[in-house]
Amino acid sequence: MTNLVSSPSTDSVQGLSPRPSIWSRTRQVFRHRSLLAGTIICCALVLLVVAAPLLTTADPNQQRAMMTFQAPSLEVPMGTDAFGRDMLSRVLFGGRVTMIASLTVVLFGAVFGTVLGLIAGYIGGIPGFAIMRFVDLLLAFPGILLALAITAILGPGLINGVIAISIILVPVYARLVEGATAEVRALPFVQAAVTLGAGPVRIMATHILPNVLSSVIVMTTSWLGVAALWITALGFIGLGVQPPQAEWGAILNDGQAYLTLAWWITFFPGLCLSLFVVSVNLIGDGLRDVLDPTISQ
Amino acid sequence: MKRPSVMGVSDGGHEMYRYIAGRMVAILALAFGISVLVFLIIRLIPGDPVIAMLGTQAGNVETIERLRDQLGLNAPLFQQYVIWLGNVMHGDFGYSYGRQRPVLELVRLNFGPTLQLTVAALILSVAFGTLLGTWAAIRHNRAPDTIGMAVALAFMSMPSFWLGLLLILLFAVTWPIFDVVGGTSFKGLVLPAVTLALGTVGFNARFVRSSLLAAQTQKHVLTARAKGLRRPAVFVRHVLRNALLPILTVVGLQLGNLLSGTVVVETVFSRPGLGRLLVDAILSKDYLTIQAVVLIIALIYALFNFLVDLLYPVLDPRIARR
Repeated sequence: MTNLVSSPSTDSVQGLSPRPSIWSRTRQVFRHRSLLAGTIICCALVLLVVAAPLLTTADPNQQRAMMTFQAPSLEVPMGTDAFGRDMLSRVLFGGRVTMIASLTVVLFGAVFGTVLGLIAGYIGGIPGFAIMRFVDLLLAFPGILLALAITAILGPGLINGVIAISIILVPVYARLVEGATAEVRALPFVQAAVTLGAGPVRIMATHILPNVLSSVIVMTTSWLGVAALWITALGFIGLGVQPPQAEWGAILNDGQAYLTLAWWITFFPGLCLSLFVVSVNLIGDGLRDVLDPTISQ
Repeated sequence: MKRPSVMGVSDGGHEMYRYIAGRMVAILALAFGISVLVFLIIRLIPGDPVIAMLGTQAGNVETIERLRDQLGLNAPLFQQYVIWLGNVMHGDFGYSYGRQRPVLELVRLNFGPTLQLTVAALILSVAFGTLLGTWAAIRHNRAPDTIGMAVALAFMSMPSFWLGLLLILLFAVTWPIFDVVGGTSFKGLVLPAVTLALGTVGFNARFVRSSLLAAQTQKHVLTARAKGLRRPAVFVRHVLRNALLPILTVVGLQLGNLLSGTVVVETVFSRPGLGRLLVDAILSKDYLTIQAVVLIIALIYALFNFLVDLLYPVLDPRIARR
């Protein structure tokens, strides 16, 4: 036992390889094609959305009766909608809402799910059992169905939609972290820390969390795309963002009625959304290869 | 260690019975949990659920009292649950005041179209996902692999409502091959089913590919090749059979995504169905209908995964012995 306690750092503990330097990781990122492509597309979209006020002078909600259903042209690059609102401006400002909402969703899900998973995996016992059975129960509701049920309770709206989708991501993270925690818990350095008298909170925060974090990060990028699809789906069926606010899903809902008359209302926001989700999925696949070689195919 | 048996059930069949019993206990517990959560939907609404449910008819004191009585809202929560469960078991989901019809009738009318759409999409999704994934795995690290996986990623990333709208624009407006508002006819089913399936085709293709690649690296595959068996024979008899199990799991999980995906697809194509019924019910605060639809979809999903669990030991007798 003394042998274990005196071992200097986690690096030398059997089962964990030395941590690669930041530089070697950065090199890996640039060598990985899908990761690079995803990062470029994603950064470009984020830049466009952030720089929206510089790219367009039109107010996304300003209605112009003389300008309805203008096809894309030099003056209005993405055309105008039924109220004469500038589509470029709506798509750019709407992108902000979609991106921030999806990011909020995965962050909430990740934080709460990770905490619950750590508790269930490390402390176990009755609380752990209770948490995991509740997780099983929430996961028994398919896909977005539970989010719809929660929206039914809370009422339609962007914030409620974000809350609903965050709640259904919590069990997904909890299950992942619980499994990973149970594995790390059995490793010698955790036993060593226990022997040295470290409390459960300290062990979870300083020894277990760093070792499950890469799985959580990989999971977050993979679910960010799904979160964006679900947020916009809520917007599309009228349960998310309420008019006149611009959001990719809500704009697609506007465009649906005028599909044959003005394809551009539907085409551009959907294209941006698809590109965003593709880029996030590419990053997720790449990060999985780089950070978490154990679960790569 | 148990004596090895060829068929897995020859061992007196004990393990198989125990496995089936275990799964049955699990699904009953799950069904109970689902029913409690769904029951709580109405009790969690802020404010008086009865007034919220009645909407414009809330002015009528007599109706309010009758509904409160019917839901047992004056009783303790546990008793309310028992009353509710008893009613649901008898097929009584309550009365939709917004639509002036019993909820059961609404569900019955909308169940068929959703089932038709989901089954069609499941077949498409599994068939094309398996084909695409197998093609990519056989030609691993070559052009078909790269192209196949790029296509899979694109399908996974496209929102189904956008894809549906594009398909309508292309195949119902520009080239009018299919009907858009065809209801339940075959011509009207094609576009919605394709829309619903495409998202999961991408996922299935990726999954099938990685299961096949994993199965290919096993030693018995190498042995079979070393014995001089030809590649196609090895692939079908040794690789595909071993990859079948994880694929079956994914099919079980896929049904859930497809069922809940009907919410969006039925809205895009203005098709009747449970998904659309649910969205309309949420928008009109028709809580009893919401309860019924959520309960039914969750139970179908649980039941389907139970059946998938029962299929496992047929494909791999070792599973029942764990």
